[in-house]
Amino acid sequence: MTNSNFPPSDIYIIGVGMTPAGEHWEKSLRELALEAIIQARQEAGEITPGALYVANMLAPVLSRQSHLGALLADFAGMRGIEAVTLEAAGASGGMALRHAVMAIASGLVQSVLVVGVEKFSERVSAEIEAALSTSGDADFEAIHGVTQTALAAMLMRRYQFEYAVPEGAFAGFSVNAHANGAGNPRAMFQRPIKPETYQRAAMLSEPLNMFDAAPLADGAAALMLASGDAIPADSSYPKIRIAGSSAAVDAVALHDRRDPLYFSAVQDSTAEALSQAGLNRDQISLFELHDRYTIYSALALEAAGFAERGQGWKLGQDGNITRKGSLPITTFGGSKARGDTGGANGVYQAAEAVLQLQGRAGEAQVENARFAMIQALGGTGATAVTHILSGSETP
Amino acid sequence: MEVSSHWRVRQQRYALVGEVCPSCEVKIFPPRDVCPECGDEAKTHFQFSGRGEVYSYTTLFDAPQGHEAQLPYTLALVKLEEGPLVTAQLTDVNGTKLEVGMPVEMVTRKLRSDGDRGMLVYGYKFRPRLQAA
Ligand SMILES: [Zn+2]
Repeated sequence: MTNSNFPPSDIYIIGVGMTPAGEHWEKSLRELALEAIIQARQEAGEITPGALYVANMLAPVLSRQSHLGALLADFAGMRGIEAVTLEAAGASGGMALRHAVMAIASGLVQSVLVVGVEKFSERVSAEIEAALSTSGDADFEAIHGVTQTALAAMLMRRYQFEYAVPEGAFAGFSVNAHANGAGNPRAMFQRPIKPETYQRAAMLSEPLNMFDAAPLADGAAALMLASGDAIPADSSYPKIRIAGSSAAVDAVALHDRRDPLYFSAVQDSTAEALSQAGLNRDQISLFELHDRYTIYSALALEAAGFAERGQGWKLGQDGNITRKGSLPITTFGGSKARGDTGGANGVYQAAEAVLQLQGRAGEAQVENARFAMIQALGGTGATAVTHILSGSETP
Repeated sequence: MEVSSHWRVRQQRYALVGEVCPSCEVKIFPPRDVCPECGDEAKTHFQFSGRGEVYSYTTLFDAPQGHEAQLPYTLALVKLEEGPLVTAQLTDVNGTKLEVGMPVEMVTRKLRSDGDRGMLVYGYKFRPRLQAA
């Protein structure tokens, strides 16, 4: 009902690139971006993109660098093309992909390079917290000393109160992410954790502990998109079709939501993307959701319609979300184990989903992956961007 | 810039002044001039009582720049008795056992010292309220 968009048609991802996520003291923002761009361009074959869309959240604050479109296009040897930054807090990556799809669908460009890049390690923690809090409401949240972690903690406490969930209810998301990170050579954390490790973890902001929160990481990821007739003959891997693409917003401040425990932007964009793709939820092979905090995984699963309200945490408990389960999530470790790369997250999600659908996921591979849903969230779910990617359609 | 941005919202922050929608009578805080329920213009001022209850809360041990001196501090989402939720710090809670649903009332306190010139920003916080017998 909210956005009756046209489904995308004949738009494909033909190349992906990702740097490892982590603390890249030795590399600048532009060097990280370039590394991902070079990989994606190599995979895509002989094609010069008509536009570069940069997904970034905090470079103007943390690196004192805006105007990333021109900066990165030039640095990557693409002077002359058009380039711009898309910013929607933690959903920037999904939003840049969304705009690439719209640009190609419009017919005004035939191919777009999307690069998501974030560099947190330039600054100390209090500065980063202040920068991150700009994704909330400056006048009515940040002024009170609110952090993103505090907002997630308050949502978790209210969830525990309303649904009377047991102690450790969210552990499954953290354990699954770390188990999956162990199969991802680009992950910041590549070792599984035991449930006891979660139970013993120090509190960050009660009731939210260290293993409920994703670590911030530097990183860059890139995607080359093209319309069907622009795909070069020397493209390296099977093309991946964009089957659904939708973005929606809710109030930025949690206190302005009708119901803080319901991510309505997730509901809106998921329903629209599924309808465009002509799919039911049980046809989704894997779901790369936004897991900055474990509570967000539960809330996203509920608002996306994979669980009843108050029941999302149970999917984390019974093995459903593992790579062998009925709805694998965060298959490369998600933000929790791969590392939270801010505005680049949505681009990592897309690149990881492409590897799954092409059967190139290595140890992280989900068997028979055919349709992948990816979803980037900004702030406390104020922006939600959902895409559905489709693998080879030959039977 | 900073000074004027705080000046613009001074009344709202000092005294919890919001708005009431003339069409559907919903009470609005923070003020937004357009009713979130019916979409009509809603610029009529409304003085909130300052009474409410804790919807949720948490204590912070890491603060953003400008709030480090207050650590540790407790934040809450407070459900005002007139309807809206507000985000604010809880104050005067040393030794109080906090819980969801706890009655609180508004007080005006220093929120933070801002910018290079150390300008003080004042506004609402909430403290525990004695429950009516
Ligand atoms: Zn109204």
